[in-house]
Amino acid sequence: MTHEANSNTPFDARRSRWAAVLVGIGVMAALDEIVFHQLLQWHHFFDFSTPAFGILSDGLLHAFELLAVVVGVFLLLDLSQRKRLSVAWAKAGFFLGMGGFQLFDGVINHKLLRLHQIRYGVDPLMYDLVWNAFALLFLLIGAWLWRRARIAR
Amino acid sequence: MHASHHAAPLDWLPFLLVVLVTSQYLAAAWLQRASGSGWSLWRCGFFLLGSALLAIAFWPSLMAWAHGDLVGHMTLHLLIGMFAPLGWVLGAPVTLLLRTLPQAGGRWVVARLHGRFVRTVAHPVAALLLNVGGMYVLYLTPLYAASLESPALHYAVHLHFLLAGYLFCWAILAEPDASPHRLTLRFRLGVLFAAIATHGLLGKLMYGWGFPRGTGHALEHVQIAAQWMYYGGDLAEGLLAVVLLTLWLRRPAARREGLLSPAAR
Repeated sequence: MTHEANSNTPFDARRSRWAAVLVGIGVMAALDEIVFHQLLQWHHFFDFSTPAFGILSDGLLHAFELLAVVVGVFLLLDLSQRKRLSVAWAKAGFFLGMGGFQLFDGVINHKLLRLHQIRYGVDPLMYDLVWNAFALLFLLIGAWLWRRARIAR
Repeated sequence: MHASHHAAPLDWLPFLLVVLVTSQYLAAAWLQRASGSGWSLWRCGFFLLGSALLAIAFWPSLMAWAHGDLVGHMTLHLLIGMFAPLGWVLGAPVTLLLRTLPQAGGRWVVARLHGRFVRTVAHPVAALLLNVGGMYVLYLTPLYAASLESPALHYAVHLHFLLAGYLFCWAILAEPDASPHRLTLRFRLGVLFAAIATHGLLGKLMYGWGFPRGTGHALEHVQIAAQWMYYGGDLAEGLLAVVLLTLWLRRPAARREGLLSPAAR
């Protein structure tokens, strides 16, 4: 990892990746909020079977998502102003962030913390499988972009 | 529920105070421009924006509506406590005051600004406690129900929203009026993170457990208000984060503080 952050290289691969991971996390969280909470109204704002710890951790996660997208975008702008942004690495980071967040949401939030289910009044198994399959798809795209960025270097 | 009352002369007081403060600001800005020292029209614009939001929020018939309606109360709370203070902070009123006052008055203000009281309340953590902590106290205790009965308490609550919101925005941005503290951007972002998390958590608590209680509102109405507070708060705090980082990005790249790992830069 560290050998790429050499200050002589024109691009800052590490920062480009991490900034884009933050944006990916924030964008996925925003999509989740817009599509599943607001448009479809499958997710619920509050699930009374959530343990207290889940509500607390949701507050922290929510704050993280909101700041992640803002900080990530400004970090990318900063890199681009300094002419050190690597678009190839940023793309890889973006998809890894999206997929990573989706998987985290699908496994930790929905299943372990039971913040809310994907949809109510149905057997959630199929929904969970599709949800996490999408997460893996994004992660695979991210891994493929990562490989491309490494070869192109 | 609550009988809508007609605006008494005293109900105009908050609105008139906003008009008074704004006209003082504009007069001072005009003096600066006329004397050749100059004063940014952007700052005037931001200050006016804040004043306009306050003028709307303090319009007596709107306040009377919000008095009997929790969703309306949350709307005014967002305007008074979050959006308007951001505009006022960006208007740099303290800098303008110091430039306008004669020397003796300026020294007095500077002494107050560097005094223990302002230093304490202008620290981001203290401002967070006053701002979000105040909201926990207001909505989770019988204080909110009591503020519906007592006009003095009602005004005190709204004055607190404005002052605490102003302190919080100023403490986080630490600009354009010079802050008495020199804190890193990462620390201030951390405090903003804590504010978003605790504000969101309060929204969930209010939704789940039906706070504030004793208002005579149906649970559904309280839940709508709680959700509105949750998303409206996100919007305001997200905007504050955008402003904070915009100010950061406007600096020359060489003088920009590192965000991910300051040591590496």
